[in-house]
Amino acid sequence: MTVPIVWYLILSAALFCIGVCGFLIKRNIITIFMSIELMLNAVNLSFVTFANHWHQVSGQIFVFFVMVVAAAEAAVGLAIIIALFRSRNTLNVDRIDLMKL
Amino acid sequence: MNVAVFILFGLLCLGGALNLLLQRHPINSALSLIVVMSSLAVLYLLLGAEFLALAQIIVYSGAIMVLFVFVIMLLNAGEEERTHGSRAAYLAGIPGVLALFTVLASTFLTLRISFGGTRLGSFLVRTGDLSRVLFRDLLLPFEVTSVLILVAILGAVVLARKES
Amino acid sequence: MTPSLHLWLLPLLPLAGFVINGIVGRRLPKAFVSTVALLFPAAAFAQVLWIVAQVHQGVALPYLESFATPWIAVSGFHANFSFLLDQLTLVMLLVVTGVGLLIHIYSVGYMAAEDGYWRFFSYMNLFLFFMLTLVLSANFLLMFVGWEGVGLVSYLLIGFYYSKDSAANAGKKAFIVNRIGDFGFLLAMFLIIAHFGTLSFRQVFADISAHPELHGGFLTAIALLLLLGATGKSAQIPLYVWLPDAMEGPTPVSALIHAATMVTAGVYMLARAHVLFGRSPLALTIIAVIGAATAFFAATIGILQTDIKRVLAYSTISQLGYMFLACGVTAYSMGIFHLVTHAFFKALLFLAAGSVIHALGGEQDMRNMGGLRKKLPVTFWTMTAAVLAISGLFPFAGFFSKDAILAASFAAPNGKALWAVGLVTAGLTSFYMFRLWYMTFFRTARYDEATTGHGGHGSHGVHEGPWSMLVPLIILGVLSLCGGWIGWPAALGGNDWIAHFLDPIFAGATNVLPAAAPTAAAVQLARILAGVSMAVALFGWWLADLMYRRKPQLADDAAQNAKALYTLIWNKYWVDQIYGAVIVGPVLAFSRNVLGRGIETGIIDGANTAMTVTASGASSVIRRMQSGNIRSYAGWLAAGAAAVLVVVLYLAHSF
Repeated sequence: MTVPIVWYLILSAALFCIGVCGFLIKRNIITIFMSIELMLNAVNLSFVTFANHWHQVSGQIFVFFVMVVAAAEAAVGLAIIIALFRSRNTLNVDRIDLMKL
Repeated sequence: MNVAVFILFGLLCLGGALNLLLQRHPINSALSLIVVMSSLAVLYLLLGAEFLALAQIIVYSGAIMVLFVFVIMLLNAGEEERTHGSRAAYLAGIPGVLALFTVLASTFLTLRISFGGTRLGSFLVRTGDLSRVLFRDLLLPFEVTSVLILVAILGAVVLARKES
Repeated sequence: MTPSLHLWLLPLLPLAGFVINGIVGRRLPKAFVSTVALLFPAAAFAQVLWIVAQVHQGVALPYLESFATPWIAVSGFHANFSFLLDQLTLVMLLVVTGVGLLIHIYSVGYMAAEDGYWRFFSYMNLFLFFMLTLVLSANFLLMFVGWEGVGLVSYLLIGFYYSKDSAANAGKKAFIVNRIGDFGFLLAMFLIIAHFGTLSFRQVFADISAHPELHGGFLTAIALLLLLGATGKSAQIPLYVWLPDAMEGPTPVSALIHAATMVTAGVYMLARAHVLFGRSPLALTIIAVIGAATAFFAATIGILQTDIKRVLAYSTISQLGYMFLACGVTAYSMGIFHLVTHAFFKALLFLAAGSVIHALGGEQDMRNMGGLRKKLPVTFWTMTAAVLAISGLFPFAGFFSKDAILAASFAAPNGKALWAVGLVTAGLTSFYMFRLWYMTFFRTARYDEATTGHGGHGSHGVHEGPWSMLVPLIILGVLSLCGGWIGWPAALGGNDWIAHFLDPIFAGATNVLPAAAPTAAAVQLARILAGVSMAVALFGWWLADLMYRRKPQLADDAAQNAKALYTLIWNKYWVDQIYGAVIVGPVLAFSRNVLGRGIETGIIDGANTAMTVTASGASSVIRRMQSGNIRSYAGWLAAGAAAVLVVVLYLAHSF
């Protein structure tokens, strides 16, 4: 039995949208960051799906590079969050509003 | 068999993702995300990306998520407080996202005939093929990414240093 | 092969003097400035004499010279820097450079003690440059350059004592009133381009002559607009009001610009464009009427003025009226003849008055003068010559020219009324000039001998100026005596040389040129008319003698008896006040309220304010996007990304 490609794509879209939702709604900065990682993974799934469909390897190459970049980004982002926590002593984004009007 | 595996692990993904949204403590969200990533690794296997599946488990679940968990524990993040942020976020948050999903889904569904299907084994990229492309055609970007990681290490060390 | 006369060099010589004195004159000693200032006009005069010699040896007139490079060359209109030399130009050149040189020499002595000595002479040289350009030009456009230029220099020199309010205001008034006339000139030039396609004298006049059917209509319009320009420059009604105020400038300026040269530019222009005026009898009539009316009007004001220079200013206006009258009855050569003699005696009158003022240390009110006959002999005798000349007494210069104009107007159709007005004006002229003569030089001295003295070196009495001031007076005195003999009319036994000299230019335009061999009746008429003018002039002299020397209280009695008339004339018919109320007042009010408040602050500043208010209002709305709240940033980010996605999908026609 074959699995229709479209199902993979819809799953990818759903994961992406849930990621966006989390990005907008959550208040804890680490949770927001995790939603971003979820979005990246959704896109990775989409790439692999297309690589399978077109029988090309370049989709997977792209996923490889996305993974590398996501790793680097996670490292630096978490370092920033630590620095932020040290100065503001809170992880709630609504309280980090020094630039408020 | 393919369909069953897909549905099982697809639902796991969705469930994990929804759990990430619904949990109040970040540690629970992190553990849900680990579930999502592992399920995605299985789906990659179904799609014939064996190297990527293992890389997903090793790099994403094994390194990145561990990093997240460490930071959560280090900062002793507690449950989320209930503060009111911005209206725009709630507005764009749920209805907007639903709209986005609808758009994407409808786009994909109109093309379902032309896409066809796949099964385990219909396409396989061996690690050798992948590395051949990486080290021969895309050697320069590969080396650049290693420099990127170096820079990220340095950045992380500097940023997270205690002010002395 | 006609040798080149190098006409282009003539205006450029004084211009070089202006540039040198203007740039380095401030720091260099007076001797240097004087040398430069005299050298270049003298060189120009020498060149004019050389040109006269060349013409005498056979260079044909008219002589045209232009620069190879065209000035304006667009499709449909060309203009060149071209110079024209004919008999009329030659006469004007001799007057401008000759009298100009004499006045420059006089100024070396007169202005010796003034600040801004270098500035004065650089302006005087600049004036010569513009005047020579005006006189030498071969088209209306180059003439207009000179026309405007002399107006500018007149403004600069009238306001020479710029720290004095009255001088600065007089300069402004002169420039503005001149501008009104220049506006007329400009419109006339536009009409000429529209109808003839060119501004060159030769082409326009040839075009008019080739079409004898052209008459009135637009030619009258052009003529009247040119006349407006001439009335502005030559101080006729209604634009004469600037000339009396222009006496605020130093006396040599009044002599050169406001007597001998600039104010005659209007008459020169009328004579130059006589072909055009001849086709419009209406314009000619208006010129003659304006001339006669101005002559009479200014003479009546002159009889009561007490400032010596103002009397001479009104006298200038009056004499210019005579020249206009001559042009109006198409006796152009007589008008030019009077221009020449007037340059001699009016310049002399101003220079002699300057000598008196200089000797008295700045006193200009005639009521404070008197008894200067023995103290300033050279001034006295030369001024006497000038006074006799201007009053039109035989055999001095003014007699011949004025008489010629009166005879011409008598002979012109419907000219008898103009002749009568001119005759009465001659009597008034004689009266006020002799009044001036008596009040200044005769009777007892009314100034304080002990405290008056010229320059800054105090009271060692009243005495003549230096030789640089006296020599020009003497030369002009001689010219006032015999300068008129070039126009000794044939009817009285002379050869009327000047009319014949200017014949090639004006023949065909004038209908009152006396014939070569006059008939007996013509001789009789000429003698009678001459006799009548002499009698009227002598009557004026007698009356002045009675009222201002022998029985001075007659003057006061006459003033008492005719109180209303006296007040009217004493206030110069309130013309300045009328202009102020009718023209200046409304213009200022319009300018302040409508243009100042309405347009400047309302529209322009309002548009400015509107723009700033819009910008700051829009920005205060858009600023809300940067709320400082991370989640709102996230929201905008997501919305933007979604929009991009939708657009891409739409473009790919996936809907």
